[in-house]
Amino acid sequence: MGNNKIKSIDPASQQVIEKAEKENIKIAWDRLEQQQPQCGFGQLGLCCTVCSMGPCRIDPFGEGAQKGVCGANADTIAARNLARKIAVGASAHSDHGRDVVHTLYLLAQGKAHDYGIADEDKLKEVCQEFGIDTNKDKETMVKELADKALSEFGRQEGELTFIKRAPKKRQAIWKKMGVVPQGVDKAIVELLHSTHIGVDNDYKNIMKTGLRTALSDGWGGSMLATDIQDIILGSPAPIRSKVNLGVLKDDQVNIVVHGHEPVLSEMAVKASQDPELLKLAKEKGAQGINLAGICCTANEVLMRHGIPVAGNFLQQELAILTGSVEVMMVDVQCIMPALNELSSCFHTKLITTSPKAKFPGVTHVEFSTKNAYKIAKEIIRLGIENYPNRNKARVDIPKHQMDVVAGFTRENVFSILGGKYRATYKPLNDAIISGRVRGLAGVVGCNNPKQVHDYFHDRLVKELIKQDVLVLQTGCAAIACAKQGLLIPEAAKEYAGRGLQEVCDAVGIPPVLHLGSCVDNSRILTAASSVIAEGGLGEDISDIPAAGAAPEWMSEKAVTIGFYFVASGVFTVFGASPFATYGSKKLTDYLCSGLEEDIGGRFAFSDDPVKMAEMMIAHIDKKREALKLKPLMYK
Amino acid sequence: MKKLYYDVEKCLGCRSCEIACAIAHSQSQELSKAIREEVLSLPRKKIFVSKGKNFPISCRNCQDPKCVDACMAKALRYDKERGIVLHDESRCVGCWMCVMVCPYGAIRPNLKTRLPLRCDKCKDKDSPACVAACPTGAIIWQEEEIALSQTDKK
Repeated sequence: MGNNKIKSIDPASQQVIEKAEKENIKIAWDRLEQQQPQCGFGQLGLCCTVCSMGPCRIDPFGEGAQKGVCGANADTIAARNLARKIAVGASAHSDHGRDVVHTLYLLAQGKAHDYGIADEDKLKEVCQEFGIDTNKDKETMVKELADKALSEFGRQEGELTFIKRAPKKRQAIWKKMGVVPQGVDKAIVELLHSTHIGVDNDYKNIMKTGLRTALSDGWGGSMLATDIQDIILGSPAPIRSKVNLGVLKDDQVNIVVHGHEPVLSEMAVKASQDPELLKLAKEKGAQGINLAGICCTANEVLMRHGIPVAGNFLQQELAILTGSVEVMMVDVQCIMPALNELSSCFHTKLITTSPKAKFPGVTHVEFSTKNAYKIAKEIIRLGIENYPNRNKARVDIPKHQMDVVAGFTRENVFSILGGKYRATYKPLNDAIISGRVRGLAGVVGCNNPKQVHDYFHDRLVKELIKQDVLVLQTGCAAIACAKQGLLIPEAAKEYAGRGLQEVCDAVGIPPVLHLGSCVDNSRILTAASSVIAEGGLGEDISDIPAAGAAPEWMSEKAVTIGFYFVASGVFTVFGASPFATYGSKKLTDYLCSGLEEDIGGRFAFSDDPVKMAEMMIAHIDKKREALKLKPLMYK
Repeated sequence: MKKLYYDVEKCLGCRSCEIACAIAHSQSQELSKAIREEVLSLPRKKIFVSKGKNFPISCRNCQDPKCVDACMAKALRYDKERGIVLHDESRCVGCWMCVMVCPYGAIRPNLKTRLPLRCDKCKDKDSPACVAACPTGAIIWQEEEIALSQTDKK
């Protein structure tokens, strides 16, 4: 690394980063440095590798080639490149959704004995939406729902069932623009088709297809993932836990679950309490089995079981570097290939579980819904057996850990606001209408070593709550702010503006609400629809005084999330680095302004978290004015 | 005095040096902003392809510069101490004689600004921007003497 620049605002992470430096172990920040300078054509989206007449590049300074061999210009090339990212992001979320729905299907067939129906109310609710008679017995309902939900993916006609969840006016906007997705897989395939050489050359039309695909994720694949997970694994309820590397224990077997899909990690939670395994752990000299999570798997098991969170995306390497992890069990998405080599520097056993995500030379214990619990037990057993190999001299677990309250959902958060017996969004809407709360913000997304780790999340969210904006979070963004102590009710007193503080005090919620993993961004969409349904804040999501942000984004999934937020009418600001579209002025201008006229939402990009907050607040204030709401109660 | 050398075997033709050069000579010093400036900063360095090899071409800052001789307005001048050909933009009349006489074809006319585009070795910086921009280390920034002795050895 060679320089003393602070790489993370989180002291636990910074401590382990320094350990890596001392031991000359290369991690993400070092690799970023080695990648400098990063290709300018790539940054601007002007490199096209679609066909083998290329690769072609457009000269951004206007002198050289302005067209690829096929004749594609900067607008087409940048739009196609972006569209492919949307397709991959939507594929990742929706394939996760499909696996969850498939689990429900196997459950209905009697082939997934380790799972059950954990939330019957939600089962009925979702069945009703799918037009299933809820007077039938549970088994029939599950079977019919599984069939219907699975067919959402291959659907070729009509529209996705959950599209109906959006406000009427929003649905009309989608119909008018022609972006209502018919089926999840169809939308993705159509988008990929349109980016083949010589298909769609109109950047606006490519973006339109992209918006439709993003909607098939947000209101399709991701929403199915969230809702069916709630049905099978249980709907979250507010729960207290701990977050940061300090949750790793120096006298217990540390099993870290990392990745995204909760169907396996749910079983790992159960297995970690298995008396047989606990006994084995004792025999091996450990005080117990300590399960901790990284990334969205962490969020899933945190939301449902209060399992502590070891860290977010950029802490996956750091967890191993503590020297205290016996097993890191991974499934899909955001698992750095670097873990393979890094784990070989320690006793840590990296275990892959998904047939879709393998590492050469790494132990693979393939997950199967049919034997889920048995497999989870086997993996934890491997961890216990690995405990005696831990080199105590190399263990450095940072002390830092913070309290977190998570487990908020569209269904429960406002029954908290409205009271158990009159669950309603009215108190929230009233708080916004009366000017006690300025508005809502969704702050989501990843980590990106291009920015100081967690800094953008922390700075932006603190600024928003100070100005009375209630913040909803998911994913690695939520973990970042949780580590800074923003996700506990006590944070309201310290950081929130007076109006927001009063609301938090009255109902005992934190000023920043943890809504779950990245597929759970769909909870934000349904919550926004509920706000509209309650009345008083306009007729469409774009009328709500609200804004979105992905301050430290890096993944293709984040691009897709941005697109379905914008397609749902939300002004959305991306930090860290802009989309790779700056090489096309027309496309960038369209994303940042023209889109608003077409669909009610638009993008903005900024490399300053305070400016991001200013933009979001200006937008919220503009919407307050348009609704003729009362001035803020406390200025 | 340090000079720019090139390992042609290593050049992949990615043109990162061209982009870095244009950024280094822009107002904003930042890629996304540099491509939107009113007067675009153009690269002083260009990659040319010949017989399957890529050649990064830029001003050699010759000790006996033909361009200086050819400059009727005396806008070009050789600074012996720094080993660099300096260009006084205020004197330039845009006759393009320097472009014509350069034996390397390393000077290009900027038709918008009516000024020649030449490598100035990023004279205000520690080292030329292209050196750091090259992902394969094909651009070498080193003392002239060392290079000579290496050639002698061969």
